Amino acid sequence: MAIELEQLLRPVDNPVPPFTPKFVTLANGEEMVIRQIDREDIPALLPHVAPLIQVERDYYDIVSARLYAELLGFYRHRVQDEYVLVAQIDGHLAAIVNGRLLNPDVGVSYHTLALRRGLRIGAHAFAAKMEYHIDTMKQKEVLIVAESPIGFRRWMIEYQLEKRFNVAHELGGVPSYALTKKLFDKARDSLVVGRRPVPARLLEKACKAILPPTDPPKPPFDLLAATRAMYDSTGTALRASSQKLEGGKTK
Amino acid sequence: MKEVYVVGIGITKFSRLEYPLIEIAAYPSIMAMKDCGLSSVDHVYVANMGGSRLSHQTALGSALVDHLSLYPAGAETIENGPASGASAIKQGYMAVASGVHDVVMVTGVERMREANSLEATDFVASLAHPLAEQIYGVTLPSMAGMFTRLYMNKYGVTSKHLAMVAIKNHDNAMFNPNAHLRMPITMEGILTGPEASTNNPFVADPLRFFDMCPVSDGGACLILATKEVAKKSKRPMIRLAGVGQATDTHCVHERENPTDLPAVRGAAEKCFKMAGFKAKDVDVAELHDAFTILEIVESEEVGFFKKGEGHLALEKGYTSLKGKLPINPSGGLKAKGHPVGATGVGQAHEIVTQLRGEAGERQVKDAKTGFTCNFGGFGNNVVALAFQKEK
Repeated sequence: MAIELEQLLRPVDNPVPPFTPKFVTLANGEEMVIRQIDREDIPALLPHVAPLIQVERDYYDIVSARLYAELLGFYRHRVQDEYVLVAQIDGHLAAIVNGRLLNPDVGVSYHTLALRRGLRIGAHAFAAKMEYHIDTMKQKEVLIVAESPIGFRRWMIEYQLEKRFNVAHELGGVPSYALTKKLFDKARDSLVVGRRPVPARLLEKACKAILPPTDPPKPPFDLLAATRAMYDSTGTALRASSQKLEGGKTK
Repeated sequence: MKEVYVVGIGITKFSRLEYPLIEIAAYPSIMAMKDCGLSSVDHVYVANMGGSRLSHQTALGSALVDHLSLYPAGAETIENGPASGASAIKQGYMAVASGVHDVVMVTGVERMREANSLEATDFVASLAHPLAEQIYGVTLPSMAGMFTRLYMNKYGVTSKHLAMVAIKNHDNAMFNPNAHLRMPITMEGILTGPEASTNNPFVADPLRFFDMCPVSDGGACLILATKEVAKKSKRPMIRLAGVGQATDTHCVHERENPTDLPAVRGAAEKCFKMAGFKAKDVDVAELHDAFTILEIVESEEVGFFKKGEGHLALEKGYTSLKGKLPINPSGGLKAKGHPVGATGVGQAHEIVTQLRGEAGERQVKDAKTGFTCNFGGFGNNVVALAFQKEK
């Protein structure tokens, strides 16, 4: 009975071609591999996504919480036609991107999470995701939203996305933007880069293990700073404690 | 005039700092007071450019005095665009040198990351001429782009030279725990590799993304004092030996030769004259490389190299950390960061750190004289400072 019920609960994924891995040389000279991972690889990602739920900066909290749920949903067969790509530098996890097929012609972009900031790591991973939808799966367009100002700049502005405000996006029901094949072709030369095939040494290292991110975003060092400012608006206590601790002298 | 010494220094990391503006000012100020062991000052100068616009706060001098309970010290806020920091140091210098005060605090502070990049660029562009530049959409990157193109045509500077400045300063910043961009970059990654044009796109042709300084938050502080106070502080005796300032036309297009920066030249000449040493005697320098081209041009205008030969000195490695004249060992504005009001004070902080021999892995060997160039406007108001280590 339990097995039969599980069969009912599990969506049956449509067959889609796999994403062919590629690699990108970053501004710092490091080589980043972007590849598709399978369902069984998801547990290796979750411990690196969970801590970012505590990072408010740039909406890492919302993106990480939602991505965590999407990855878990993929792992436990609760999302229809989802895929996950990862970007790795020297084996270390640098970015995660995911999405799914709404129908054969339209894709839905879920999230782009950069676990190491800067160097266009997230932007390169997002471009790979669009490449997967438009070039590999031959879709006509991808529905996209942004949850942070950085995302808006990277997707809506850089790709000059079209408004599809009559379509509610699966992420929060907000109005969608769309990347069409025409827009993607226009952006191809400037924003979509990477080389194939990935040299064996790079691919082997990436596939061997998903290592922890080297420099993941962290919450601010002093979480109480703002609170302290609010309750100690004159700073007298700050100064007094400093003098007490350090034994300040008078000139 | 009395001699003026830097007795205490403090600095925050130049980065994104999620603290109120006044706390960003207070932290390095407390560090500087702890550094010299003083708990009171006669006067406070706070350098800041955008507090009113970006943080909705004015009168930062008064606010800092209150925040640190430094009453009844006098207090002022100094605004001189991106040269606010060195201008405030100059004010502090005059106050001590004239005998009006014995001890002054000079704190530079800015909080810019709260604004998005478009707002930050627009804010900095507010220093341009409102009717002859701003209304045409001129921004600092666009001015720097035009300037760079002219310079390339005239003196043979190439994109490779610009990239070399960026790479050098990013490498230096790797040794500076307070730097904003602590990541190395490579020629392949930003200029010659297949992905370079996406990693490093044009922002204002011929300037690319990695030719620009980041938008930073940050604060820095110097405590200036008389020789008597300096001796009591028992910190290394670093004399603020020279101060020079010069101006030029507000509009770049009104200059006789737009590839010359006479205000940089003039400020440096005055500064060296007061200091009693010459450009060739400088052991370490911090130049205002808001754009990579500016490090090359300023290195010529202040007299380190002949006009049009700064890029050749760069090629030969003269300006690297181990070179004959290390420039921007901190990482410069390019990689250390550019919180505009704090930048000039940050430059001075680095030079004092170097002259004290406390710069760790980025220490310039046997540095005894140092120089800073804080560049306001697009070269229309420049302040130069010279420092000397005494026994």
